[in-house]
Amino acid sequence: MAKKSYAFYPGCSSQLKASASNYLVSVNSMCRILDVQLTQIPDWNCCGASIAYAEGGELPRHAINARNFALAEKHLPGQDIVATCAACWLGARESKERLDVSSALMRETNEALAAGGLHYKAEVNIRHMVEVLIEDFGYEELKKPVVKPLENMKFAGYVGCQTNRPFGIDGESFENPKYLDKMVETLGGEPIGQYDQKVTCCGGALAFSEPEKSQKQIREIVESAYDHGADMIVTPCPLCQANVEIYQSEINKKQGTKFSMPVLYYSQLMTVAYGGSAKDAGLDGHVIPPRKLIDAASKK
Amino acid sequence: MMSEMKTAAYLCSGCGLGDKLDMASLSKVAQKAGKMAIVREHPFLCSEEGVKLIHDEIEKESVTHAVIAACSRRSKTEAFSFPETALSRVNLREGVIWVVAEGHEEIRQEMAEDYVRMGCAEVKKMKLPRGNPESGKEKNILVVGGGLSGLTSALEAAETGYKVVLVEKETRLGGWASKIWKRVPFSSPYNDPQNTGILELISKVSAHKNIEIHVNSAILETSGAPGKFVVRIGKAEGTETEVKIGAIIQATGFSSYDISKLPELGGGLPHVVDQAGLEQLAIKAEGKPIAREDGKPIRSVAFVQCAGQRDESHLPYCSGHCCATSIKQAMYFKDAHPEVDTVIIYTDLRTPGMGEDFYRSAQEKGVIFTKGKVSSVENAGEGCRLKFRDLILDEESTIEADLVVLATGQVPNSGVNIELPEERNQVSVLNLSYRQGKDMPQLKYGFMDSHFICFPYETRRTGIYAAGPVRRPMDMLQATEDATGAALKAIQAVENASLGRAAHPRSGDLSFPTVRLEGCTQCKRCTVECPFGAIDEDEKRFPLFNESRCRRCGTCMGACPVRVISFENYSIDTVGSQIKAVDMPDEFSEKPRILILACENDAYPALDMAGMKNRCYSAFARIIPVRCLGSVNTIWITDALNSGYDGVMMMGCKHGDNYQCHFVKGSELANYRMGKMDDTLKQLGLETERVTTVEVAITDHEKVAAFINDYAETIRIIGMSPMKGFG
Amino acid sequence: MSYRNDFLKEVEENVEEGEWVKMCMQCGVCAGSCPFGPHWEHSPQKIFMMIRAGERIQVLSSDSMWMCTSCYNCIVRCPRKLPITHIMHGLANYAHRLGLAPKGQPTRVFAKTFWDNLVKTGRVNELKLTLSHYFRDGFIQGIRNALAMKDIGLGMMKARRINPMELFGGHGLQDLEGFHAIVAKAREIEDRKKGLKNG
Repeated sequence: MAKKSYAFYPGCSSQLKASASNYLVSVNSMCRILDVQLTQIPDWNCCGASIAYAEGGELPRHAINARNFALAEKHLPGQDIVATCAACWLGARESKERLDVSSALMRETNEALAAGGLHYKAEVNIRHMVEVLIEDFGYEELKKPVVKPLENMKFAGYVGCQTNRPFGIDGESFENPKYLDKMVETLGGEPIGQYDQKVTCCGGALAFSEPEKSQKQIREIVESAYDHGADMIVTPCPLCQANVEIYQSEINKKQGTKFSMPVLYYSQLMTVAYGGSAKDAGLDGHVIPPRKLIDAASKK
Repeated sequence: MMSEMKTAAYLCSGCGLGDKLDMASLSKVAQKAGKMAIVREHPFLCSEEGVKLIHDEIEKESVTHAVIAACSRRSKTEAFSFPETALSRVNLREGVIWVVAEGHEEIRQEMAEDYVRMGCAEVKKMKLPRGNPESGKEKNILVVGGGLSGLTSALEAAETGYKVVLVEKETRLGGWASKIWKRVPFSSPYNDPQNTGILELISKVSAHKNIEIHVNSAILETSGAPGKFVVRIGKAEGTETEVKIGAIIQATGFSSYDISKLPELGGGLPHVVDQAGLEQLAIKAEGKPIAREDGKPIRSVAFVQCAGQRDESHLPYCSGHCCATSIKQAMYFKDAHPEVDTVIIYTDLRTPGMGEDFYRSAQEKGVIFTKGKVSSVENAGEGCRLKFRDLILDEESTIEADLVVLATGQVPNSGVNIELPEERNQVSVLNLSYRQGKDMPQLKYGFMDSHFICFPYETRRTGIYAAGPVRRPMDMLQATEDATGAALKAIQAVENASLGRAAHPRSGDLSFPTVRLEGCTQCKRCTVECPFGAIDEDEKRFPLFNESRCRRCGTCMGACPVRVISFENYSIDTVGSQIKAVDMPDEFSEKPRILILACENDAYPALDMAGMKNRCYSAFARIIPVRCLGSVNTIWITDALNSGYDGVMMMGCKHGDNYQCHFVKGSELANYRMGKMDDTLKQLGLETERVTTVEVAITDHEKVAAFINDYAETIRIIGMSPMKGFG
Repeated sequence: MSYRNDFLKEVEENVEEGEWVKMCMQCGVCAGSCPFGPHWEHSPQKIFMMIRAGERIQVLSSDSMWMCTSCYNCIVRCPRKLPITHIMHGLANYAHRLGLAPKGQPTRVFAKTFWDNLVKTGRVNELKLTLSHYFRDGFIQGIRNALAMKDIGLGMMKARRINPMELFGGHGLQDLEGFHAIVAKAREIEDRKKGLKNG
């Protein structure tokens, strides 16, 4: 396999000791095995996520994303920007697409960037890690390094919102995207069919500001996974992962449920299937430990 | 004239027929029971060689009547075309081997043998049709109405080479199209109102060498039939012209619903207009900002959709064009002056066709659309105050506007309602001298009845075609297409008439009805029931057939209680002899016989398609195609029951308001007649289930087998007919 | 007077993607697709109709825009392809900047906290963000909020996904000065365009 290089945009939540730090650990392990070189965009900043609009407005939001683009163009020319966080990918891609079609917005954005000594040439390409895996590798290639197929494990492929809408992955349907299920199959696991909460919103950033309403969403997402016999939920989005995992105890407390459904990243599944240890896969970073997967990782 | 009858039967053993059927035994049946002079078997009858065999024998042996026992009469029509020979097709493939389930070899063979007997019996009762001897050769086309539809029909027919007589009641040609500023676009991009093009059309028509124009004129009388209409045209000044005409197109359009009947919506107020009124203001403005009649520039305008439409106390229907028309009119304002506030208040916005793009374009121009129900329009200050229930925001709302436009509907100019001719204020358009009435039949809401589901230009008066909004509400693009279609139908009609052939849907059929007047009791059922007004009465009150108006459906034949009406190749006997030809097993055989009379337009093709898809049905069925259920004479049914059939099923088209009958009223009449069948059955001491009718559309190929099987089950439950052996 | 176009024009000029509002065809698919549908006062469909009807104050003080979870369901399902999510964000931003958005609306407060947190160091510090959110209503309520969620916090800490040391530093940009200059300039241009005072 030829070495592939990307300009990496990990995003705030994947930083060390942040909520998705274990995501980064597993992504690094996965990329090592797939011979992918990720170089962080030097001095990258936050994308604004899905909540920056209220105070940040329009142009400041595009400007901070364009700052990352300009840095990537300058330091990592020719490399696609790859984000692991769904919100980072969405926010960055949204800004890029808006700038691509509006010369006025582009002019104003560069006027702002100039204040920080930067210039955006509109040469970047923004991609999500899942896109890289599916488009640049493909399921067949991803299957090759599998040494520990995820046998006897059932996964609810929780796609959620932001890798799915509005852009989507690999042209899949917004209502029933299949890529996570296909990835699970590729790794030898069993995706649950008919997961009816596959693309339900977990509440996103509103899990903070509207906890009751969001937890109602989360309850349905977890309950449906249980109903269909899943052992674990797998997701491509750090906010989905965090919301769906950590609020289960709150829901249990308030509503008397007994949820204890582990929520994993696809990259953790891949790391384990590729023979990585529980630590390589960041499996120690969970509030609800994924016992089955930990056992599989420790098996010789 | 036809010489002595010489019969021949040709049996095909191809397509698996030879594998599944005992061909030798079938040949024997044709020879013995069928009494065919010549019987031939061929492994591939529709091949060049097989067809040549038949041709040669027709030549050498002077075969006059032939039976082809092979596939359905709907298959291989080109190969098996022998125009000088009376022909019966026996359907062994789609009708037997493809529909009888495996494991029923014995009853399958019986079914095939019965069909061979039936074909032989039928053909001997057939005569070769010779065409209508009373055909009219006139090919001029009369167009009544000089609006967009009439002008289009006239020009299309004239350009095709036919002489056209165009009659318009007003002093100028153009109709509504000449009274509007612009029209909605007909082609991409659907963004802006377009010039109507009506002046160009008028000048083309006026200059055309094939078109004779009569303005300020009306039709005083229309008599005759396709190919030989005689029409008297009267000018307002009193002069009269008589013209000979082959076919007629009625394109008399619509009137706008009277706005003064809508006082609650402001009808009658000075600053409330209908769509036609707004067009007048727009014509005056010539593309500049539109002003009111009192000269005040309009800065705000509200359009009220469905004004007196889809409303049982006014017009119960939707006129189809008005949403797009209001959108266009709102654009008049926005295009001339984007600051004008334009609101369109609708309950359901309906923009068929590419109207959705036009709607979108209006939104882009800033026209505001709101879903609401208007309760009142009153004078207020310099303009109007309009109150409405905002159905999205669920609140009462008020709009003040300089002008209110009411989208009122289209009322057809269809002349006299022949079912209520005594109603007042009706002015006839065609003044037909038909016994059925002065104008065309209407279906609903006063619109002229055309065969709106399957054949939109066909009316119930042969050779007279409806085009444009007189037929159903429509816009200019639809009227243009309609008018073109009607012109082509009129051309077909004059050509068929001149050759003595039937018009649609049996286009090209040379058979025509003949009546044995000496047996006629003058009961008038044929004259009343003919869906096409083809039968008048002579001075002695006998039926007088206008063959050229006849569509050859046979409804008259079905109606006739003394059975004196027949066609050369389709008669009481051609069907009756088939019914009697079936070999009837006895009461204890457990082999019932079910007669199925299937309409050849929809039910029979559906049965064929069931065969193609191998949908199996009971091998106790014996199916006879009929031209229309209207042609079914009750004698066939009583004969069948008397001769021991256990059940009779009729398969025909849907009737009622949304009828699909190709002959409009045929299946309805059959249904009416069969309603009286129960008494007959009781008299015979038979269960009412022994006669049944089902509606079958051509698309019902998945259902027909189930219809038959369910009926066979019903018969099994009620048991065998006690009538066997008495027939 | 209703159905004058003044407010629609204001929205078209000042709200992100506001020029799309007039293109709504009122089908209601957005309303049926929103995960927080049971909670808001007005559906996007109604908001767009209210804009067209000129109901300025009702629109700008509505809490509906603040219920957007950015799930983008409405965008992908809108048959007219309106960027509904962005319009709702744009309306929220506009109402917020005009000071007309509902006071104390939790998402409004959280969004402001988030942006301030972001601008400070160029990256979001999750712990500081969480704490400022819990302490938004004062110290006592903050302690209560934090205690209510302490199990989650402890669990996250055990999983090494929250680190108390972050409070004393954490991640940040090297070129913070340049970043601040960019944000300030962008804000200045936008406010000038929309006639908002810089604040």
